Amino acid sequence: MNLTPIKSIDELKKAQQEAQGHIKMRLTGEKPRQGFPKYHILICAGTGCTSSKSDLIRRKLEKEIKKRLLQDKVKVFKTGCFGFCKLGPIMVVYPDRTFYTKVEPGDIDEILDNHIEKGQRVEKLLYKSPTTNSIQKTIDEIDFFTHQMRIALKNCGLINPEDIREYIAMEGYMALANILENKTSARDVIEELKKSGLRGRGGGGFLTGQKWEFGLMNDSDPKYVLCNADEGDPGAFMDRSILEGDPHCIIEAMIIAGYCIGANQGYIYVRAEYPIAVERLEIAIDQAKKLGLLGRKILGSSLDFDVDIRLGAGAFVCGEETALIQSVMGLRGEPRPRPPFPAEAGLWEKPTVNNNVETFANIPIILRNGAEWYASIGTDDSKGTKVFALAGQINNTGLIETPMGTSLRTIIYEVGGGIHDHKKFKAVQTGGPSGGCIPAALLDTEIDFKSLTDIGSMMGSGGMIVMDETDCMIDIARFYLEFAQDESCGKCVPCRVGTKRLLEILNKITDGKGEMEDLEILENLCYDIKDSSLCGLGQTAPNPVLNTLQYFQDEYIAHIKEKRCPAGVCNNLLSVVISDEKCVACGICARVCPVNAITGENKKPPFYIHQDVCIKCGTCIPKCPVDAIYKR
Amino acid sequence: MENIRETEELQLKDEKVTLTIDERDYTVPQGLTVLEAARMVDIEIPSLCYLKDINEVGVCRVCVVEVEGARNLQASCVYPVREGLKVRTNTERVRRARKTAVSLLLSNHHRECTTCIRNLNCELQNVADNLGIRNIPFTGEMPNYGYHDNNPAIQRDYNKCINCRRCMAICNKIQECYVYSPLNRGLDTVIAPGFKKDLSEVSCIMCGQCVIACPTGSLSEKEHINEVWEAISDPELVVIAQTAPSIQVTIGEVFGMPIGTFVAGKLVTSLRRIGFDKVFATDVTADLTIMEEGSELIERLVDHPEQLPLLSSCCPGWVKFAEHFYPEFLPHLSSTKSPHAMCGALTKSWYAKKYNIPPEKIVNVAIMPCTAKKYEAARPEMECDGFRNVDYVLTTRELGRMIRQVGLDFTNLPDEEYDEPFDQYSGAGMIFGATGGVLEAAVRTAHKLITGKEMLVPDYEDARGQRGLKYGTATFGDKTITIAIAHGTGNAKKALDMFKSGQKKFDYIEVMACPGGCVGGGGQPIFGSRDYKQTSLDYRHNRAETLYNIERGKEIRQSHENPRIKQIYEEFLGEPLSEVSKTYLHTSFIPRGRHPYLYAEKPYKGFKERN
Repeated sequence: MNLTPIKSIDELKKAQQEAQGHIKMRLTGEKPRQGFPKYHILICAGTGCTSSKSDLIRRKLEKEIKKRLLQDKVKVFKTGCFGFCKLGPIMVVYPDRTFYTKVEPGDIDEILDNHIEKGQRVEKLLYKSPTTNSIQKTIDEIDFFTHQMRIALKNCGLINPEDIREYIAMEGYMALANILENKTSARDVIEELKKSGLRGRGGGGFLTGQKWEFGLMNDSDPKYVLCNADEGDPGAFMDRSILEGDPHCIIEAMIIAGYCIGANQGYIYVRAEYPIAVERLEIAIDQAKKLGLLGRKILGSSLDFDVDIRLGAGAFVCGEETALIQSVMGLRGEPRPRPPFPAEAGLWEKPTVNNNVETFANIPIILRNGAEWYASIGTDDSKGTKVFALAGQINNTGLIETPMGTSLRTIIYEVGGGIHDHKKFKAVQTGGPSGGCIPAALLDTEIDFKSLTDIGSMMGSGGMIVMDETDCMIDIARFYLEFAQDESCGKCVPCRVGTKRLLEILNKITDGKGEMEDLEILENLCYDIKDSSLCGLGQTAPNPVLNTLQYFQDEYIAHIKEKRCPAGVCNNLLSVVISDEKCVACGICARVCPVNAITGENKKPPFYIHQDVCIKCGTCIPKCPVDAIYKR
Repeated sequence: MENIRETEELQLKDEKVTLTIDERDYTVPQGLTVLEAARMVDIEIPSLCYLKDINEVGVCRVCVVEVEGARNLQASCVYPVREGLKVRTNTERVRRARKTAVSLLLSNHHRECTTCIRNLNCELQNVADNLGIRNIPFTGEMPNYGYHDNNPAIQRDYNKCINCRRCMAICNKIQECYVYSPLNRGLDTVIAPGFKKDLSEVSCIMCGQCVIACPTGSLSEKEHINEVWEAISDPELVVIAQTAPSIQVTIGEVFGMPIGTFVAGKLVTSLRRIGFDKVFATDVTADLTIMEEGSELIERLVDHPEQLPLLSSCCPGWVKFAEHFYPEFLPHLSSTKSPHAMCGALTKSWYAKKYNIPPEKIVNVAIMPCTAKKYEAARPEMECDGFRNVDYVLTTRELGRMIRQVGLDFTNLPDEEYDEPFDQYSGAGMIFGATGGVLEAAVRTAHKLITGKEMLVPDYEDARGQRGLKYGTATFGDKTITIAIAHGTGNAKKALDMFKSGQKKFDYIEVMACPGGCVGGGGQPIFGSRDYKQTSLDYRHNRAETLYNIERGKEIRQSHENPRIKQIYEEFLGEPLSEVSKTYLHTSFIPRGRHPYLYAEKPYKGFKERN
């Protein structure tokens, strides 16, 4: 790639015009001019699609194009995550915006034969809506996208993240250029951000403008900008997708942050488990440096700024900002008490502004489109959009971005396509291990920071896991607690010992040994851990328990009093039984039982399982030819 | 004298702030934490992990208070006071959280209180009692982390560790040995040497400051009481006790006497009543150390200036520190043995011959303020004529336990005198117990050796005080030498680094591994009981003060004036640095490196079998 340094704002504008020419067809659907390829094929190169071989498909496709001498007619690009991960690998063909799902290496010939050479879409790869059964040909028709509003994910799935020119074509680095050109003061930029109402997307929801203001006010040299890309919530991948699909917007935002607070050095703390994101970041930083957008005298101004990557080793607690700072400095990732806050004493005791990836991703576009535009989206409490990772028992698992104030019902039933297998919705868990489970009665909650906190959950970083009637809520609480106690850094007592004790009480309940007193001990301990833990991890670790205690108390009571798991999950409360009516006394079950718990006389139904011997392994269940054995 | 570091005294700012604690207004200096401010106005907030100026990390969550405007409870030990701050230390919410925190600790603590080395002297026990914890609602997994004691000095019972990190803080911040760090996560977190090695396998100097800092029985000295009882019970053996200078001002504290009470007479009486055949004062051989070390100083000043600075070597913790971290300075260390080893060597040679006792029948038990001395006594170098110099080392705490076992009413014991010939000692030998004492004593004798005249006023006040690193000059007639005094090996590191970088030139450096010198030693009494509200280590001032006060009243204040010293040289050694004294009173050092476990080292087998 030929990258000549951009030394002034005019040169950047020129580069933007030139780059726009290349990707114009993707933006406007216009027929390309003479000399440009007629088709662009974009293949998702996010982690999800890569793991279902999108990389192989892309390489094969390029090879095949070369073989068929179609290079002038069609060009293949990597792109970022579309969010529709369940249907990956995903491929979009421009200019007709055809959306292909579940593409396999074997489909390449057909795509080239029909679509590229003859101009006919490959029907079998088009998306079929599970609700309406209609075929939705283009990206604009698909109902998964129609309810979304993509701001932070704007460029994901549209540009090639490994080519800085495509980012520049999408008005990239123009927010920075405008600031430098107009000599906007740091205070004014911060004022604009405050007006936009942007709140931190990492979980805390602190006003970003205010955080920057603290960073600006604390007089010291040097200062630092930190980007928290240590996304650790189970099932969440918002930050990863942004880094993989649009790394330059993070870099641009960090430069702006450096300009605003007076820092010359930024660090991106990204988990080492995100190899693709790390690679894209490295490429992006390298290209930005080559273009002179990072380094000394950016765009001919007096601004110096550099960005380095720091890899995290995968400790959840390192997402907590003080622990993250320790880890960036090469120490054991452990939180420390605040005050002093990082804006006062952060990295190497110097003022440090730390923002989450998604927060940064919003900043260039806010500064380009203005605070009023951004503030017009969302609710009174929370402005803009929020990216969520949909997971669990839902049809359209993947990554979505909706305006603040969208109801849970819309997200789950419209965007998410409803519950898998037409089961009954039971709860949705938001906020990761720190959040809570929201029951069906609250499905119409219009979600923003405040409303979620009000109902005992939280926004967190945006994980959203949907549960149906086959999920046991105590088991869910136990899962999150197991995670929290495993990830506890071990520094403070309530979190180190307390979460373990909570987990043990829950284990007792799911083992059928719980007593009603345990619920009181459980609840009290939860409140004390919340109240007295050192950092956010400990303070929120009991949330899943408190929350399920609040909304699903009957399930706890069923476990304790009736020794029964209503969802049929907790193994120790279940028994394997043979239906008297269905049993044909073939004796297969008795033969496969590893502990000889089943007895009966051949051809004289029914057979009988001795519960005191049975180990509930379930081996007999699938072996029964008449499906007479089941768990109860 | 200048000083470069003042961590000892809290630098209180002039500005004051007014805050409300429990509905009452108080005006306190700015820069304090809420905990300090509350204690200043006699509101006792319980704490466990807090150790003033050393460990202020807020991990135990026992000192939590309600702060108006804060969503959660805040750890008062790390929360700074500010104007208008409103704090509540006594609400249902606070009491409950404290109780829960301690209950959680106890649910993961091997509660063997009645047989624990810290029984009735344990901060955890006190806090649990103060908070009125009667039952612990949560029981569960209690990981068995095991027990480490493969070294002669310090044992670590991980099952009693409450992860307060005080040991780690004192090791990192004050001693700068960086032995401990947190390992693992969650409930499996332990504060241990890397890879959970034993202390003998890492760059631990065995100073025992971690033992002093430990609020529970997780870290303790390795007890040798039973071995000593066994020796005492054997009628064939002559069991000799020798007591270090600082024991005279600290053993009383074990029995509730005020900090720094001088009890030399009672000490001697108690040792006799325990059953020791002879009781000697290590102070005498401290005088001997001065003669040898002072002569070494003069020899180097005159003939071997390249071996300057001379580094004192009477502190075994410091010697081990130099062996680990500054092996290039080993030729600078004075080859003179430490006083207790000298006493041991002399009892089994000169004394044995003089009083016609077979040396193999002598058992020398050193009562020391120090855990590193246990290690030193076990060093292979500490042997003469095939006999161990010192057979057992007991810390002040262990002696206290022996006195209790005998049932002596220590505070009401009569005073008795030390046994000949280790009975008379100079004031110079006595002040060995405090930081700067060795240097001051050496200056007094060097003055005589160089100028031929006594110092007019023997007090060398510049060497005294609790400042971490002191340096300056000492003048002997027309000769002026530059000296430095460091206590706490972190300060020694500073002095040596300054010398290495050429920033300062020194001729003589005294180093004591423990802050405050031997009076702050790792074997000294620990105040964990409720009677003492000591969550800082500043009591060593009082002990040093007593030593200097008693010393001032002593008739003989110079080592070379001590008649016993003259007698030893006349009858046995000849003169300082003679062949005989080199055989019995000098030793050698080995470089150990920072990661000793990487090298094949013979495992420690305990003290050598008695001869």
